[in-house]
Amino acid sequence: MEFVVRTWSAGARLGSMQLAAGVQMETPTLLLLTRKGLPAFIPPDLLQNLHPDARACQVSPLHFLDSPSASIVETAGGLHKFVSMTGFGMVALARDSLMDESNGEASSKLGAAFETTSGRRVVGPAKYMEIVNACKPDLWVSLPDEVPTWAAEKRNRLSVDRTLQWLDHCLSLQPAERGNRCLGVVVGSASLDERIRSAEQTATRNVVGFSLGGFGLGEDASQRALQMDAVIAKLPKEKLRHTSGLGLPEEVLQAVEAGVDVFDSIYPFMLTKGGYAMTFPLNMENSPGNLDTQPSASELAYIGSDSAKMNLRSVAYRLDKSPLVVGCKCYTCQRHTRAYIHHLINTHEMLSQTLLEIHNTYHYLEFFKAIRDAIKADKFLAFRNWFTSTRKETRVHSPASKSPTLVLH
Amino acid sequence: MNWPRALLTDSGGFQMVSLLHLADITEEGVTFQSPVDGKPMLLTPEDSIQIQNKIGADIIMALDDVVKTTTTGPRVEEAMYRTLRWIDRCIAAHSRPHEQNLFGIVQGGLDPQLRDICLEGLVARNLPGYAIGGLAGGEGKDAFWRVVAQCTAGLPEDKPRYVMGIGFPLDIVVCTALGADMYDCVYPTRTARFGSALVSEGVLRLTHAAMATDYRPLDSSCTCMVCKRYTRAYLHTLVTKEAMGSQLVSYHNISHMMQLSRNLHSSILEGRFPE
Repeated sequence: MEFVVRTWSAGARLGSMQLAAGVQMETPTLLLLTRKGLPAFIPPDLLQNLHPDARACQVSPLHFLDSPSASIVETAGGLHKFVSMTGFGMVALARDSLMDESNGEASSKLGAAFETTSGRRVVGPAKYMEIVNACKPDLWVSLPDEVPTWAAEKRNRLSVDRTLQWLDHCLSLQPAERGNRCLGVVVGSASLDERIRSAEQTATRNVVGFSLGGFGLGEDASQRALQMDAVIAKLPKEKLRHTSGLGLPEEVLQAVEAGVDVFDSIYPFMLTKGGYAMTFPLNMENSPGNLDTQPSASELAYIGSDSAKMNLRSVAYRLDKSPLVVGCKCYTCQRHTRAYIHHLINTHEMLSQTLLEIHNTYHYLEFFKAIRDAIKADKFLAFRNWFTSTRKETRVHSPASKSPTLVLH
Repeated sequence: MNWPRALLTDSGGFQMVSLLHLADITEEGVTFQSPVDGKPMLLTPEDSIQIQNKIGADIIMALDDVVKTTTTGPRVEEAMYRTLRWIDRCIAAHSRPHEQNLFGIVQGGLDPQLRDICLEGLVARNLPGYAIGGLAGGEGKDAFWRVVAQCTAGLPEDKPRYVMGIGFPLDIVVCTALGADMYDCVYPTRTARFGSALVSEGVLRLTHAAMATDYRPLDSSCTCMVCKRYTRAYLHTLVTKEAMGSQLVSYHNISHMMQLSRNLHSSILEGRFPE
């Protein structure tokens, strides 16, 4: 794996990452969500041309505990072959945000506890690496002991110690012939001291990059900013930084500003499952025009939509012949209308999820492209400020109070 | 839909009766429970044709009075005669006869005499095509093919014959041998969603434990996207658990049925259908 930082804008950086032969990506970038190695609803033939930046996926080893097992993937020649994703970058990381967010309570010295479709499983470094080595991903994140911000001090210290031990154990099980593909996890929860300790220690290990762990577990956003800055300050600038669990656009922006390069997110999937299309405006230049022609915030709220997403279940879209987002060049928007997708959702057709996941993924990748364009133009902070100000449009003013109340999330 | 190829719509009769409770059939039409809010709704032949005119499919189906083949007694005869009366109402209500082809549906249960009467009546209306209906139920195979044979013998040679609700590959081959041209069935995709793949040797149950370590494609002679990329072993892990499993096996099963159709077609053209 090769990673080079090319330019900066405030704390945000633009990089170039080569995950594998033919898999070159600019960062900040998004890893697509997968279940057992494939996207939830996008089949491989539609994934090929989904978007120029749809080139890498996250994959959770937790999906390979039983069916399939590690030995089956190994016999099949590795993950890329088994799930027919040759030509895509595959990044293995333990965290499966769809199933369960770890609170660390059931973890022990034997391993981290995860809720899976076959119940609670405790996975230690040996088992984890058995699966990672069978899969042969392009990058893998080490096994962390993550705890949320309200964990007790002692538990938090234990999590930092364990995460380091498990990192060392995982590294020792990485076969030499595969080279170094490890992203070491930095934890430490709400304690800045522990965060710094974890970061400094992890930085001494032979890793190609870092994964900022323990975020997206319910912590306060301003706390998160402090913790991230404390961690990043101790990490070598030239190495890759990844984070899981920070899936919302504002969270991504905050992390990009702190200096994170690679993300995985369940946001496009969650919108898809709920029957929503992602619609938030992507750039400053066109946005005022867009907002003028949009229905008002309260009109949107009435049908369950807002300026970031469209509730396609609503009968308001029954006769709407526009594409999901006017001007969007994704497969779905080039071919289909809001009315059609509304119909598919209401008749419980699987096609609705395929079409929505395609659009939502494309739209989110365009968001990441807008971030990179802003960094290239050295306008990242302006972009971030503009974006967060448009998000405040989702707040509908209740007549009774003077302060805006958030209607939808 | 943005679908550039042919489309066919059914009249809604079968769906109402098979999928919903409390369907009541009278001369006027079919009263059933609305799937949206449970309120009683009436679908007349005129309503069905009007809706199909609006949808705009290339082939539309008449609303028929369809009974299960296991039904006996005067109900079967009543349904057959009503189907003939309703075809006239359908023809009268059809507002786009030059763009959409209205097919009549032959009913009459398993009774050859009733089938004959229905055949005669429908052929006399000179419709663009004909369906053989009422046979997707629980009848025995012997009874089934006899009725199909009788109908294909009685229908015009130069018009399509559509056997409704038939989708098992063997049934399609038999009906084709008897002179039928078109089929529809939920079977290929439904069985896919339950984890069964249609292959040259028959039906492959992907949920079976043996599939977990079977690294062959679904069907060695299939050239579809799924068979080019995936093994039984991987699909075994997806079926009934991930939406992608439904998608991939459905894709293969449809591809399989298309290949079956191509094989039937070319073997007839090349004069080697019997083999």
